[in-house]
Amino acid sequence: MVAPAQNRDAVDRLLAALPKGDAAGRARVAELGFPTPRDEDWRFTPIKPITELNFCAASVDADATLEGCVFADVEGPQLVFVNGYYSESLSQIGELPAGVEVRNLATADCPAPPAAEDAFAALNAAAAPDGPFVSVADNVNFTVPVRVYYLSTGNAGTTANVRGYISAGANSKLTVLESWAGTQAGYFNNALTELHAADNAQVEHVKFQDEHTGAFHVGALHTTMGRDARVAHHSLALGGRIARNNLRAHLNGTGIEAVLNGLYLPRAGQLIDHHMVVNHAQPYCDSHEYFNGILDDDARAVFHGRIHVHKGADKTDAKQTNKNLLLSDSATIDTKPQLEIYADDVKCTHGATIGQMNAEQIFYLRARGLDEEAARRMIMHAFAGEIVERIQNEAAREELDRLVWDRLEQMKGVGTA
Amino acid sequence: MLEIKNLQAGVEGKMILNGIDLSINAGEVHAIMGPNGSGKSTLAQVLAGREGYDISAGSVSYKGQDLLDLGPEERVREGFFLAFQYPVEIPGVNTTYFLRAAVNALREHRGEPELNAVDFLKLMREKIQLLELDESLLKRSVNEGFSGGEKKRAEILQMALLDPTFAVLDETDSGLDIDALKVVAGGVNHLKRADNAQLVITHYQRLLDYIVPDYVHVLVDGRIVKTGPKELALELEERGYDWIIEEKAA
Repeated sequence: MVAPAQNRDAVDRLLAALPKGDAAGRARVAELGFPTPRDEDWRFTPIKPITELNFCAASVDADATLEGCVFADVEGPQLVFVNGYYSESLSQIGELPAGVEVRNLATADCPAPPAAEDAFAALNAAAAPDGPFVSVADNVNFTVPVRVYYLSTGNAGTTANVRGYISAGANSKLTVLESWAGTQAGYFNNALTELHAADNAQVEHVKFQDEHTGAFHVGALHTTMGRDARVAHHSLALGGRIARNNLRAHLNGTGIEAVLNGLYLPRAGQLIDHHMVVNHAQPYCDSHEYFNGILDDDARAVFHGRIHVHKGADKTDAKQTNKNLLLSDSATIDTKPQLEIYADDVKCTHGATIGQMNAEQIFYLRARGLDEEAARRMIMHAFAGEIVERIQNEAAREELDRLVWDRLEQMKGVGTA
Repeated sequence: MLEIKNLQAGVEGKMILNGIDLSINAGEVHAIMGPNGSGKSTLAQVLAGREGYDISAGSVSYKGQDLLDLGPEERVREGFFLAFQYPVEIPGVNTTYFLRAAVNALREHRGEPELNAVDFLKLMREKIQLLELDESLLKRSVNEGFSGGEKKRAEILQMALLDPTFAVLDETDSGLDIDALKVVAGGVNHLKRADNAQLVITHYQRLLDYIVPDYVHVLVDGRIVKTGPKELALELEERGYDWIIEEKAA
């Protein structure tokens, strides 16, 4: 496919700003071209504000600090990347038990990334970027969470690619907490993270994305799961002018339980997109996808959730819900749940709701003496709390619960929707 | 305490209450019985201030105030309480958090200091024993995943915490087995005092073996067609409602 003409220029300018990258990789980006609204998978997320950026390569910033970042009180190793570059001074790895590796990817023996599905992934591959490398060997129960911080201090057009690799061996246990934050409008982060959970591994992965409201973010998470793996991914998406999350989950063994759990809270001028594909390839697997969004002002959100049950994946139990609360008449949500089923004897449900608050619930709370605004607030917090409370790591859950609570209190539409 | 005069109300153009007259004094327990569709639950909802009902005539005076003029939460703050027939599930709202907010909203209205988490827990532990409820329910979301019996007992727990002067119990007995019914009735009786009153709406006479009313009213087609002593309930149990409807028609 030849890149559409209107984006060719953007592709060229972006490639020119890449600090490195092989010729074949560059050619692949050009070949794929940036998506346009004609691409079904990008129909509701116009990336023109990204393609119009005056791209320049991100640079090292030795003055960046973790001040104000989440998970500060969580014990355990931390990897820090500033503008895509590994910060040795801010990272703290400390003593690790045998079988646990926490380092930057450039210094690790890391397999090649998966085949690029779009120009962003191809760009990421071509840039051969640095990023976190977290690996836990078979039978290692690593109970301490690994924190990964992505800080951006660049201004408009500053482009950084990062690549993460998380691997949990058979019968292992691992928790990874990711934080994304930035200081100025207009920078662009393009991330690709792989998460591999081997047979019977238990992995919890939290992505807390709270970037500058003028920032651009395209982040992919490719998860593969082996037999009896338990994987929970939580996406808390709060910030960015445009933030796109490509979630790809591959349930490749039997007896897997996968949870994809997300909360998005866009405010004025923001667009937050979750584009998810869950592949059930084997029988006896459960996957649950829960995504709730609260949209204020003229915010936009997109949810695309495809569950693909392949031939032979009998006894699949897949449940997907996407609930949206619009606090303003000018907020927009595009939601598109999809089921593709090629197996027998499966239990698949999906549902999307868009609306204002449940009048029955509000009346019930008022009938207990709470005034209408307090009732609305309580229900709004509950709507978010339903997602946050699925986070198993207690310290992270409690901190994010408080943070989400504060953020909701700042929403303008709470008392009126 | 409560004076309902010629109350007429309907929903979407359909009249349901066709002129209710009812007077309830402090220290009294009144029961309302009636066949399905007679307007029992509508009366409860209108008294609680639910939106969506057109009140076309009549008045409700409560402790000298126009009850219909108050928002649902203002009624509660004035000591009104409705135990819901179908308590609403609110996923994500923690039960303890919700109950404490409700109690503190009432205390604030009365000019009393807010109860902190510790004091509130103490109060709740005391009340929860009364209803023989499992304490683990308090950690769950409001009514979410509660059994039918747990939901009804949780309603009475809320009543105990808010300590109303006038309580309406809307079919609180429906769906309860006899043991659960005894617990619920025991809780309600425990809350009974000379300075408060209760209006018990029920479909079944058996509740009135445990919550003994001073008056039984029969509601048919949105009107109270007969009022009598507690023995009337037994007669209704034996003979059904048809004889009253016929007697009225005659």
